[in-house]
Amino acid sequence: MTVTVGPPLTETPTRVLADPSEPAVRRRSRPRPGLLAAEVYLILLVVAAVWPAALTPGDPLAADPLAVLSPPGPGHWFGTDHLGRDVLTRVVHGAGHSLTIGVAATALAVVGGVLLGLLAGLTHRVADEALSRTFDALSAFPMLLLALLFITIAGPGTASLIVAIGIATLPHHARVVRGQTLVVRGSGYVEQAITFGQSRPRLVLRHVLPNVVGPVPVLAVIGLGEAILAAAGLSFLGMGPQPPSPEWGAMLSEGRNYLQVAWWISILPGLAVTATVVSLTVVGRHWQARFDGRWR
Amino acid sequence: MSRPSVRAVARRLGAGLVVLWVAATAAYLALLAAPGDTVDNIVGDGADTPQIRAEIIAEWGLERPAVVQYLDYLRRLGGGDLGRSYLLQRPVAEVIGEQLAPTLTLAVAAAGLGVLLALLIAVATAGDRRPWLRRVSSGTELLLVSTPPFLIGLLLLSVLSFRFGLFPVSGDRGIAALVLPAVTLALPIAGLLAQVLRDGIDKALDEPFVLTARARGVRERTVLVRHALRHALLPAVTLAGWLFGILLGGAVIVEQVFGRPGLGQVTLTAVTARDMPVVLAVVTLSAAVYVVVNTAADLAYLLVDPRLRRS
Repeated sequence: MTVTVGPPLTETPTRVLADPSEPAVRRRSRPRPGLLAAEVYLILLVVAAVWPAALTPGDPLAADPLAVLSPPGPGHWFGTDHLGRDVLTRVVHGAGHSLTIGVAATALAVVGGVLLGLLAGLTHRVADEALSRTFDALSAFPMLLLALLFITIAGPGTASLIVAIGIATLPHHARVVRGQTLVVRGSGYVEQAITFGQSRPRLVLRHVLPNVVGPVPVLAVIGLGEAILAAAGLSFLGMGPQPPSPEWGAMLSEGRNYLQVAWWISILPGLAVTATVVSLTVVGRHWQARFDGRWR
Repeated sequence: MSRPSVRAVARRLGAGLVVLWVAATAAYLALLAAPGDTVDNIVGDGADTPQIRAEIIAEWGLERPAVVQYLDYLRRLGGGDLGRSYLLQRPVAEVIGEQLAPTLTLAVAAAGLGVLLALLIAVATAGDRRPWLRRVSSGTELLLVSTPPFLIGLLLLSVLSFRFGLFPVSGDRGIAALVLPAVTLALPIAGLLAQVLRDGIDKALDEPFVLTARARGVRERTVLVRHALRHALLPAVTLAGWLFGILLGGAVIVEQVFGRPGLGQVTLTAVTARDMPVVLAVVTLSAAVYVVVNTAADLAYLLVDPRLRRS
């Protein structure tokens, strides 16, 4: 998604998740090099985010005036930028920025979405209607523009990006959880628990919540990809971490001016974004296929 | 029309209106939440004397109670008045109107190209005739959907403009300058739409009416296009509102990559300068168009599918 970015998951699947023509049983026995590659890439990404020095010992901000704009090759595998900074080092250090923003924004959207979705699904009809219309109204704003509106108010920066993307993606999760809550609420086991006189908090925590959150982890993994994509887009527009921070979107924006002489400054960080989103989607789809059926 | 269908149409229209109202109210709340005093924002870098401040308060009606100002805002919004830009000191409707054409051209070109590509890909790869082609195209679609649009734009620029000099690098002059931005914006749309369409065609191919058509000796291509594709198009209409959002959000980024004038540039300038009325107008307008497009799609659904009128 551009920024692509995403439509509400309930009515408009951002990606068609599982290929129904492939039987699930065969899927498990077949070796899947793509899935393995995605998993390895994501593990590397987490390592890069937590301990970047383990992968690249250099300093992402260290300029080398003698090696300005050198092309990819031994010594500088991803080349150097207009200040002679090593692009690979910056890409590795940038993983932390992207993952932090993506994970925090997704966590905000998921936690907020689950709480509001539960509330809408369990509360009185009038309140449900009000909440649902608010979700509808929020999803009417294109995600990128909603985020830009928030940034106009709060100013650019990492925290703004997190809240902006979190708010913009929250309604999707809320709608999914609300729908699921309505199904669970009408189910036999909830009815039985009510008959047995269980208290309301216990009812919600023991019976409703566990059966509602089933699809949430998979949605979160795929939502994480979207959040990272959106964060890169907003940073590219100059709304995220400011230079010289090695954020992927910001690197692309800086490198755009040197595109004619040094494509690697902007294209390689961009490919890091793509690889991240593809890997998250591949892993998310795999989980979806494996756990599909458990909550339906 | 029967009474239930009238009620169904009325309910869709009512829901659309309510969403519009909530969106407008959210925008108004955002204006209130903006940091700094409204008068300060309007004064900007201009002369700042108590007299000028008093004039501004009188001119904008800022001394009235918040509720009255809110109702007045809704009334003016309903009449198409989007307020005045703090930065440019001109009506926002004018500012947006001037820049609408280039963005609209870009969006229409991208949407047309994207839908066309998606249709071609979906029809070519649906069913189980060519499994290898299908695998290649699913992979490509995943890549397209997962790639930030600015990266697609920069890749196209660096190969087609800088290496081969086929297209201008930036600007808004002529058809040639439109090609790369439109392709950049169209590719992610095509990637996602193709997935949805193919899924729909695959489902339709399992239906009994396809078996009937095949049994009648209808050619496979005709079965695909005339019978299966038609069924697949219907659910794809739901994506119209989403498509619109992608186009607008994407336009902001694509215009930045290619240095094109348009609504995106207006929005970015306004965000950077904290020109709230302009940002709000763009956001509210886009929400309004989204709601209109979606409501229209819903109504079209009611028209086509009688089963929905009853629920």
